[in-house]
Amino acid sequence: MLLFLKGNCMSWFERLRETFIVDGNYKLLFEGLGNTLLITLAALAIGVVIGAAIAVLKYYAEGNPKLRLVNWICDTYTTVIRGIPVTVLLLIFYFVIIVSDNDGIVTAIIAFGINSGAYMAELIRSGINAVDRGQMEAARSLGMSKWQAMRTIIFPQAVKNILPAIGNECIALLKETSVAGYVTVVDLTRAANLIRTNTGDAINPLVLLALIYLALVILMTKLLSILEKRLQKSGKH
Amino acid sequence: MESTNIIKVKDLCKNFDDQSVLRGISVDIRKGDVLCIIGASGSGKSTFLRCLNLLEKPDSGSILFENEDLMSKNVNLDLHRQRMGMVFQQFNLFPHLTIMKNLTLAPMMLKHVPRDEAEAKALKLLERVGLADRAGDYPDQLSGGQKQRVAIVRALCMEPDVMLFDEPTSALDPEMVGEVLDVMKELAHEGMTMVVVTHEMNFAREVANRVIFLDEGVIAEEGSPAEIFDAPRSERLQSFLSKVL
Ligand SMILES: Nc1ncnc2c1ncn2[C@@H]1O[C@H](COP(=O)(O)OP(=O)(O)OP(=O)(O)O)[C@@H](O)[C@H]1O
Ligand SMILES: [Mg+2]
Repeated sequence: MLLFLKGNCMSWFERLRETFIVDGNYKLLFEGLGNTLLITLAALAIGVVIGAAIAVLKYYAEGNPKLRLVNWICDTYTTVIRGIPVTVLLLIFYFVIIVSDNDGIVTAIIAFGINSGAYMAELIRSGINAVDRGQMEAARSLGMSKWQAMRTIIFPQAVKNILPAIGNECIALLKETSVAGYVTVVDLTRAANLIRTNTGDAINPLVLLALIYLALVILMTKLLSILEKRLQKSGKH
Repeated sequence: MESTNIIKVKDLCKNFDDQSVLRGISVDIRKGDVLCIIGASGSGKSTFLRCLNLLEKPDSGSILFENEDLMSKNVNLDLHRQRMGMVFQQFNLFPHLTIMKNLTLAPMMLKHVPRDEAEAKALKLLERVGLADRAGDYPDQLSGGQKQRVAIVRALCMEPDVMLFDEPTSALDPEMVGEVLDVMKELAHEGMTMVVVTHEMNFAREVANRVIFLDEGVIAEEGSPAEIFDAPRSERLQSFLSKVL
């Protein structure tokens, strides 16, 4: 019995060795992990910048007839982007708009960034709207410009309001990047899939793939809750 | 000194949608005046006060602040607002900043006061309202009365020429009203020019040198506290006073 178990274990280890080590396939996984993280973080940065810009623009534009066009552009952007599956967006960017990107990474960053920007915009806007109107008035009454008040008073409170939602958006984004392989990016998912085709071993690469995503998500959740606690300490709302 | 007008309001009108809330208000506020504004709910008191620093944009009329027309197009409102402190019913402290940061943010950012100087001044003012030991706390750790005292100090840190108060004690539990009114009294005695919208008739009687009774968007009666409270002329004021006193 013990011998049998031992034998099984041995053959499983042997299998793992063949799948991941012998042909240097683990390097592929590391490359994939790197690309997945790179795309996620860069797209996140783009998403936050676009989202914040749109949210602030809309804050100014709403109820100001002179800025109706700005308002319309922002609305259209969020509607269109949120109405298109990110995979389709990715394909359009790769095959139609940016045709010169070979490894697809830049395309993926841009496509996921623009996609995430639309969701971030709505999130940040809801955060801004949730800040009491009296805050802006108090800041203006001290002599701050609208922009100074936005930057130092409204925005920090808005971010605090929506941090959990931003966390969810990060996690969703990380998982969404698993379709980056459509445009030849060797991300984590594509790497595992390549190992599967190269070695004929399906279960080990795919289970490991799932475990890596799971670990990343758990890690992100932890980091976010630490950040949240930090912010919470600086005065509740 | 008696004759220097800090604020000169002329024919001020303000509509919300099709409701006319202020219908031609003219008033001169002199240096050192403590002007109390009383009137029924909805009579336009807050709107008038908020027009003075253009938090609310008047539809017509003029507001001269230190001889500059705030409603002319090329005036730098932010600069003028630095010299008009405002205290709100709901305090509106910045909840994400410590008390000290609440007090030093505007002077440092807008007047480029060095940090140590701004903090020293804030601490001195906090001491005067009895809250020096709370400088490191966040607003949510304070009681309503303490918050409002901090809010007054926040406005004072900008060294304003005028202070505007919109029912500063209306959101407070009764036992905390006194501590805020005491700070305001002290300010008045130091010669601060103040415009105070209030339901505290005793405060108005005791501290104000002029009282305005607003009724449906016009100044229905104006005079010294004695004239307003002891010898009201109009029926509207008489009935208002009989309800609130
Ligand atoms: N932003 C606004 N939009 C539309 N109507 C408004 C607005 N602000 C005030 N009003 C209306 O203007 C009128 C006067 O309001 P205001 O707040 O100036 O009254 P008030 O005298 O301060 O009353 P209170 O004692 O209740 O504070 C009210 O009828 C109010 O409904
Ligand atoms: Mg009011």
